[in-house]
Amino acid sequence: MTLKPVVNDPQGLAVTQGLHALGYSEVLESRVGKHIQLTLTASDRQSAASRVEEMCRRLLCNGVIEDFHFQVAEAGT
Amino acid sequence: MTWRCGIAVFPGTWSERDCAHWVELAGGEPVMLWHAERELKGADLVVLPGGFAHGDYLRAGAIARFAPLMAAVRDHALAGGPVLGICNGFQILCEAQLLPGALLRNSCLQFRCQSTHLRVEVGRGPLLSGLEPGTVLRMPISHGEGRYYAPPDQLQELEAGGQVALRYCGPAGELGDEHNPNGSLEHIAGVLNREGNVLGMMPHPERACEPLLGSEDGLQLLRAALAVLGPR
Repeated sequence: MTLKPVVNDPQGLAVTQGLHALGYSEVLESRVGKHIQLTLTASDRQSAASRVEEMCRRLLCNGVIEDFHFQVAEAGT
Repeated sequence: MTWRCGIAVFPGTWSERDCAHWVELAGGEPVMLWHAERELKGADLVVLPGGFAHGDYLRAGAIARFAPLMAAVRDHALAGGPVLGICNGFQILCEAQLLPGALLRNSCLQFRCQSTHLRVEVGRGPLLSGLEPGTVLRMPISHGEGRYYAPPDQLQELEAGGQVALRYCGPAGELGDEHNPNGSLEHIAGVLNREGNVLGMMPHPERACEPLLGSEDGLQLLRAALAVLGPR
């Protein structure tokens, strides 16, 4: 989950300033988001993806302020 | 008979006793409502107090909105019943989509605990119509995530529809960035739903209810609201 581009991100601004202080002057912007790892059962990738998308819309992401994207991978057995 | 004020209590709520004291001072009868309950025990007015419901995990209010009690709060709100969300309660009402917008990390990145002045913007709905627009109230804030945000088109709707209820201001009601403690858009400290019966505010009226606390303006707000509700 990341804050939508139009939403001001003071945490990201603080990170940029910290990197600049360390001499990484090439950094133009940083945006701070959230990473969630889900382990779940599903019959196939497509059904897992559609369930995860629903979870994002209903709980994991607040659509007023955040965007989300996800990747589905098979867990090692 | 006095007005019965239901006070929602989630795991992590921290202001319910302050709210009960405030309700009693205003002449109401406080009734605690545990989050796992499914009914409001006859509450005329529901207060969602401050705190960190469910630890604010994921996002402030994101988990609390799915509590069984919230279904009853939603029914009460949709039927026109008055609901007041204070601080974390405001965050919960936004997550529950009973109020528009969202509350983000303060732009200063600090938890802010200080006295603020608020200007009443609209005298509308059961909770605010007892106060004259332009009235300046003083009460404290205590939050890390109180920066009000709504998308530009929605913000316009809120302004046009009289849903911007309270703004941070100076002692004389003047607006300015120096009076805005958290970077809220348009200095917004409180909003109403379209119908006017649901109010969310970041400042704590329950912590401004006695001379010892430095202000009684929070008591004024609740007394005015109970007066609008009329005799019970």
